[in-house]
Amino acid sequence: MTQLSSTEVENDAAETGPQSDERREAWAAQMAEALGDGFAEHHIIPGSDLWVRVTRESWADAATAARDQLDCQFFDWLSAIDWLPSPYGRDMDAQEDNPEPKSADPMEQGHAGGETRLQMVMRLYSISEHMGITIKADLPDDDLSVDTLISVFPGANWHEREAWEMFGIHFNGHPDLRNIYLPGAFEGNPLRKDFPLLARRVKPWPGIVDVELFPGEEGP
Amino acid sequence: MTAVSADQRQQLAYVATQAADARLNVEIETEGMTLNIGPQHPATHGTLRLVARLDGEQVVEAEPIMGYMHRGYEKLAEVRTYPQVTTLINRIDWLGSFANEVPFILAAEKLMEVEAPPRAQWIRTVLFELSRIANITLFLGDMAVQLGALTPVFMAFRDREFVLNQIEAATGGRFHPNFDRIGGLKDDLPQGWIDDTKQTMEKMRDFCDEFEELVLGNEIFQARSRGIGIVPAEVGLAYGLSGANIRASGVDWDLRRDGHEALAYDQVDWKVWTHPDGDSFARYWVRLQETREATHIVDQLLDGLPSGPIMAKVPRIIKVPAGEAYAATENPLGEMGYYVVSKGDLVPFRVKIRSASFSNISITPWLLKGVYVPDIITILASLYFILGDIDR
Repeated sequence: MTQLSSTEVENDAAETGPQSDERREAWAAQMAEALGDGFAEHHIIPGSDLWVRVTRESWADAATAARDQLDCQFFDWLSAIDWLPSPYGRDMDAQEDNPEPKSADPMEQGHAGGETRLQMVMRLYSISEHMGITIKADLPDDDLSVDTLISVFPGANWHEREAWEMFGIHFNGHPDLRNIYLPGAFEGNPLRKDFPLLARRVKPWPGIVDVELFPGEEGP
Repeated sequence: MTAVSADQRQQLAYVATQAADARLNVEIETEGMTLNIGPQHPATHGTLRLVARLDGEQVVEAEPIMGYMHRGYEKLAEVRTYPQVTTLINRIDWLGSFANEVPFILAAEKLMEVEAPPRAQWIRTVLFELSRIANITLFLGDMAVQLGALTPVFMAFRDREFVLNQIEAATGGRFHPNFDRIGGLKDDLPQGWIDDTKQTMEKMRDFCDEFEELVLGNEIFQARSRGIGIVPAEVGLAYGLSGANIRASGVDWDLRRDGHEALAYDQVDWKVWTHPDGDSFARYWVRLQETREATHIVDQLLDGLPSGPIMAKVPRIIKVPAGEAYAATENPLGEMGYYVVSKGDLVPFRVKIRSASFSNISITPWLLKGVYVPDIITILASLYFILGDIDR
């Protein structure tokens, strides 16, 4: 009997869980208080995740605040997102060099919004709370630079080098911005959406038959 | 014996100090030497190159150089449909391939709001743990071989084969199962598999017991690993160390227990092993205990395996709704996670792969400062990395 009632309670919690998430709300409020004007927006998927967008100027402050006030001592990862819809289309097999944009989609940023094409993302995690936070920051097109996090988390060093070579983002104060994966003379930033995938240029992808329709089936 | 005059005595003292100075100068002016280890070196499990600047026998500065195996999976994933991506990410940590697929599938399921049926979750967890055993078994032999003991690695390769056979029997692939699907699994378990696996787990427990005596109890092993390469917990966390590496520094954190992903770990009784020392020995010790614990997890899961379907209802052509999701699991090497950005298309818009070895190895410039040359190999071995997991 007690067994039964305890599972019922759990089920109730699971049902009410997705509507609100007090712990993540509290985290977002704490970040907003610590950063003041530097805090732009936040987004919560209850029971799942928290996104916070900050201004570029308070990027390093946000990391410090999360580490000191939210106890996020674990540096998970850091990277960037290029929100430009790929000019080569989904399959990246355009055969011309600078194609007209295939999709007319406007640029649409994800959770916690944003205005610019390139956005920084980092994820920190709290060992004591067992909860993570994803922090984003917009980078204006004419000045792709942001402060380095090495003084806050030394582990950011390699992640920033990767973001530097893959997206062309400059990290102010980084002591050692060199290629980490690519050969020294490599030109371009491969993870940007306007960087063509040369393998597809040479030979179109045969695997796309995977999504061919059965006769009579409706398209995706 | 002739008497020595005061003058001569002074002269002798002068010569003696000159000679002492010269000896000192010789020592101080030793030129630094650069030692290049790799990219092809047996201690680097692949093509990691390590450039160490030495002062005598001590390392002044060490820098890993990677990229020899960079395959650009983050870019390639942007042009493949969700089910096709798993064939790529199988090859990140090639010794524990099934474990690579799980977090990606979980991230996609999160976005689609699909949940795999219980039986699929349990089998996923079983295969996940089998990958862990197969992966860490090799480490247990390999670290010993890098300290000069050749026998353990042959035993490790021999016994790992039992586990790989079970993985192959269930999935069809020894190394690259490609078995996980959005919403469940490709297939159910074959007949008789459960009993065979339990027998294999028995063998693996024997293997662990044997290694506890053979390697951990070995005097030379202890002398070479105790107090070597100590990682304090807070430094490890700031560098992003995860998995057994951080548990060996006393941090009681395991995503299998503390994560939010829907796997069956909360249904079984098991323990997270930690060690307070943070040295090479502790890292080996924790991994050995984890392997044994994993065999118990598998046994319990197989005993309680629920019946039912192994696939949830998902459309044949998978289109993932727009959104962002991050899913991470405790892989054999540490935390592995995928940050998936979807625009509601057949292909992901961006996939950020958080691989454990990349962060684990990023501590080496800090950790190798001041250690002796023979310890470089011990420390690298004890951090345990797979090159594919660094270079992606």
